[in-house]
Amino acid sequence: MRDFYGVTLANPLMLGTAQYPSPAVLEAAFRASGAAVATVSLRREAGQGQGFWQILKGLGVPLLPNTAGCHSAREAITTAQMARELFETNWIKLEVIGHADTLQPDPFGLLEATETLAADGFEVFPYTTEDQILAARLLDAGAKVLMPWGAPIGSGLGLNNRYGLRSLRAAFPDVPMVIDAGLGLPSHAADALEMGFDAVLLNTAVAQAGDPVAMARAFALAVQAGALARQADPMAPRDMAQPSTPVLGKAWL
Amino acid sequence: MADLTIIGAGVAGLWAALSARKAGLEVRVIDRNGPPGPHGCSWWAGGMLAPFCEGAVAEPAVVTHGQHAAAFWAGVTDVTHHGSLVVALERDRGELARFARRTTGHALIDDIAALEPDLAHHKPALYFKKEAHLDPRRALSDLVAALAAAGVQIERAEATPEDTQGPVIDARGMAAALPGLRGVRGEMVVLRAPEIRLSRPLRLLHPRHPLYIVPRPDGLFMLGATQLESTDRRGATARAVLELLSAAYALDPRFAEAELVETGADLRPAYADNLPRITRRGRVLHLNGLFRHGYLMAPALAAQAVAYLTQGIKGDLLHED
Repeated sequence: MRDFYGVTLANPLMLGTAQYPSPAVLEAAFRASGAAVATVSLRREAGQGQGFWQILKGLGVPLLPNTAGCHSAREAITTAQMARELFETNWIKLEVIGHADTLQPDPFGLLEATETLAADGFEVFPYTTEDQILAARLLDAGAKVLMPWGAPIGSGLGLNNRYGLRSLRAAFPDVPMVIDAGLGLPSHAADALEMGFDAVLLNTAVAQAGDPVAMARAFALAVQAGALARQADPMAPRDMAQPSTPVLGKAWL
Repeated sequence: MADLTIIGAGVAGLWAALSARKAGLEVRVIDRNGPPGPHGCSWWAGGMLAPFCEGAVAEPAVVTHGQHAAAFWAGVTDVTHHGSLVVALERDRGELARFARRTTGHALIDDIAALEPDLAHHKPALYFKKEAHLDPRRALSDLVAALAAAGVQIERAEATPEDTQGPVIDARGMAAALPGLRGVRGEMVVLRAPEIRLSRPLRLLHPRHPLYIVPRPDGLFMLGATQLESTDRRGATARAVLELLSAAYALDPRFAEAELVETGADLRPAYADNLPRITRRGRVLHLNGLFRHGYLMAPALAAQAVAYLTQGIKGDLLHED
């Protein structure tokens, strides 16, 4: 598997830590998922006691702080700096939100913040769209990983623009890419890995399931299936049927 | 000398005192701030006794014990047994179906006009008939009065379990700083809107800004509550108030004309499973972690603590350290 800023992950699943019924359920779900990275939102969950952060640190995996909810480059940069201090990591999942309803990335603010943060030594994971031009600019600006969206955050719609995502993957075959946001079902995660993406990142699909622990396990199996299928070099789809048993002796054209 | 010292005069400590007194024990109640007030998180509660709704995300113990809360409270203060309603805006109807799947004790009603004429435009709703609500500040003062009638005064003094002798109940909430206990920030708003009539608490399901509204006497409404993994004790943020007010406005535009009476914020003490517990350590029982279920769970927690002290009965909320 491709590495993320020098870190090779044990498996291609990154899991968010918000919106669970309780930290105990979060911990159980996280373990069931086998996720290799935990994302954590800094912006609203700030405070002094850090009881919750102790629980996150106890998960024993690298933490990927994010700038969720930031609507400008400046806000995102400040949040990233706070996150670096607090979590002692250069990793930052950079979200610069462009629209309150769709939560889609603001490409201009994202590029600006990526440039500033990369120059400041951050290892940036930009949350972006499937736009190839933007991808190229983000890489120029110093990002070495891309996080294209599957669908709007929390929507659970899966891979919304399969053509765009496939082209993006093909355009930058050597760049580690994580499908981030919009996954609702394990089949969406398998889909992303079968398509050649290196990992998936999700939160709501597990946290808001009726049984988060069972859903976490389902995603664990799905990413395993998707990654294995990718390695196995899937057959190409065909328009014509091809019998898997011999048809010798029967009339056919 | 008292048989039992209780430190902390929030909803947990007061219930422990009352239960112990009813079991015939001589009790002392000590709180560094004296009787309940804005210094304690019980002051900021909503006062919903809604075990079935809470079951959508809480552990089953909250549903089981919480069902008895209204009966406990009715012996102390005014409890309104009008049930509660859960609604969703048109575009979030899927949330209503999901909430229904994850809870029990409800009926889907097509038209809430008969229950809440003012909100008739929110057609389908889940009606939790067996739920109830109370006015939490009134309830606290009624608890204090019930204790006074039983000869117990709240002593204003600094105290820790180490300062005392004999059996102790430590019900200091966040101040107890117990291992595994964390603070979960909540923010609330009180509005006065005399022209709006609501007979029961109402929850608005929303993927981003869930809201509940609890009617109180004198045209007041409590809007709650945010839930943040944070130990920040500042007053309510502009953002929280904005979100709560927006959700209330979406529910009934007349809330836009309401008087903003009060905003508040405090920390809910919680353990990792968000369940309250009694932790026994030698002669000390720590009653803590009531999270967002102080009024729902305090009577049961107190009853288990007293049953343990007087009869050695170990309930499901008791943990030996």
